[in-house]
Amino acid sequence: MALLNFLKPKNNLEEGGRTSAPVHSDVGEPEKNCPNCHKDIPMSRLWANQLVCSCGYHFRMKARQRISMISDKNSFRELFVSVRSCNPLGFPGYREKLETSKTASEEEEAVVCGTASIGKQQCCIFAMESTFMMGSMGSAVGEKITSLFEYATQHRLPVIGFTVSGGARMQEGLLSLMQMAKTSAAVKQHSDVGLLYIAVLTDPTTGGVTASFAMEADIILAEPSATVGFAGKRVIEQTTKQSLPKEFQSAEFVLEHGFIDKIAVRKDQRKLLAELLKMHNGGESV
Amino acid sequence: MSEMPYDRVKLARDNKRPTGQDYIKNIFKNFIELHGDRRYADDKAVIAGIARLDGLPVTVIAIEKGHSSKERVERNFGAPHPEGYRKALRLMKQAEKFGRPIICFVDTSGAYCGIGAEERGQGQAIAENLMEMSTLCVPVISILIGEGGSGGALALAVADRVWMLENAVYSVISPEGCASILWKDSGKADIAAASLKLTAEDAKSLGVIERILSENEMGQKEYYERIRTLLGEEIQALTKDPDLLQKRYDRFRRIGMTDTEQML
Repeated sequence: MALLNFLKPKNNLEEGGRTSAPVHSDVGEPEKNCPNCHKDIPMSRLWANQLVCSCGYHFRMKARQRISMISDKNSFRELFVSVRSCNPLGFPGYREKLETSKTASEEEEAVVCGTASIGKQQCCIFAMESTFMMGSMGSAVGEKITSLFEYATQHRLPVIGFTVSGGARMQEGLLSLMQMAKTSAAVKQHSDVGLLYIAVLTDPTTGGVTASFAMEADIILAEPSATVGFAGKRVIEQTTKQSLPKEFQSAEFVLEHGFIDKIAVRKDQRKLLAELLKMHNGGESV
Repeated sequence: MSEMPYDRVKLARDNKRPTGQDYIKNIFKNFIELHGDRRYADDKAVIAGIARLDGLPVTVIAIEKGHSSKERVERNFGAPHPEGYRKALRLMKQAEKFGRPIICFVDTSGAYCGIGAEERGQGQAIAENLMEMSTLCVPVISILIGEGGSGGALALAVADRVWMLENAVYSVISPEGCASILWKDSGKADIAAASLKLTAEDAKSLGVIERILSENEMGQKEYYERIRTLLGEEIQALTKDPDLLQKRYDRFRRIGMTDTEQML
């Protein structure tokens, strides 16, 4: 049960998820209300089931929880830890926002990068962090993702990436926008030498991340019901003066329209990724 | 030149400014428009084709807002659908095949936010352009002539040289959108415009563009001649550069500031 102990949150803020703080039942065990089936589920059962409700609803998961869920035990080695955001434009309130996010997420940035093995296949891995400014991409996120692809190209390793992002981080203005081009160029160099990149889109993957490295993978997977899109729903409703279909911008919707390869439930992801890595000769084309 | 950033935004959006087709008509000769993305449709928000720049065949791609109300509606106010970006990429690949330099004119409030655009993969279309443009082995020059709205502008601006007109703006989000998200008040757009650092001077000091083009005599013969001369000289220099692709990679690679680096 060591893995599950590791997965257990240190505090309430670490849980992620789309709902408010967990409610406590009479017996005292923390529960969480599922936004899909509306049942209260004991946290212990959720943790035992990789934060998936028995109805199939996938709660949000933290970056490090994903990495430990997917990779071989003790195989993760973190890279580029020292790359952190500053406030390059002197944007009002940004420095405070960064501090709040660091406390809430217990991370220094909105992405965790490194190397790991999955089913004994060595790879580079990144996982974005929704509790850090909704996984938005500023200079530091762009720098870490770019550096990871460069590292993978140099060491001839495949890349597995879990995305969750509200898009480019507006507090860094044009510098954030340029990270889309910077990361894309690094993905292209990695791709051009015949290496494999698999993206797993998790809820939500939107904006500038969808319009860059999330959509540039050789194989694109998504978690069930994850929001995947470019523009925000509210913006589209305001622009078009139309109400949107219920399934609009869901993983199922983008699958139907041909923009992702497969929907993968959480419990199958490790096996699926390991098999895909093996089928690609450890991520390197011959 | 206006002092307040939000005034610049208004100037950049002014529908009396020359649009893409004005630049095509006045800078190039024998423009032949080529249509369609070969997948779904022809997006009228993007005009593209082959033309001569002082005799040299080049591929020209412009986002077009239109002038009259009728034309602006027809051009979707310069907000491209995925088909516009795919048409642009198709013609950029064609330019690469035939060794033609590529010149882009960018003027958009952003990629269109609509149901069809999402259904047909707006994000994927932009992502593919960013990726593919990074390794096109012909010179690429992009000029922001009005609004440079986020990913929808960047999708035609992964270039060896990016230039901006002095009153053009380039931003990750519109000042109104930024103010409404951060402060729940789109009326604070002027504060957002100042905070976003979206003017040509800002873009140059952040290393995002190489050159600011004067708007003196805008729309006059001399104005277009000046731009034609600059384009001709720059293309000549880029064509001779054996390290074009490495330099393009490095150009974007170095953009960004993290806490170990010097503050602006």
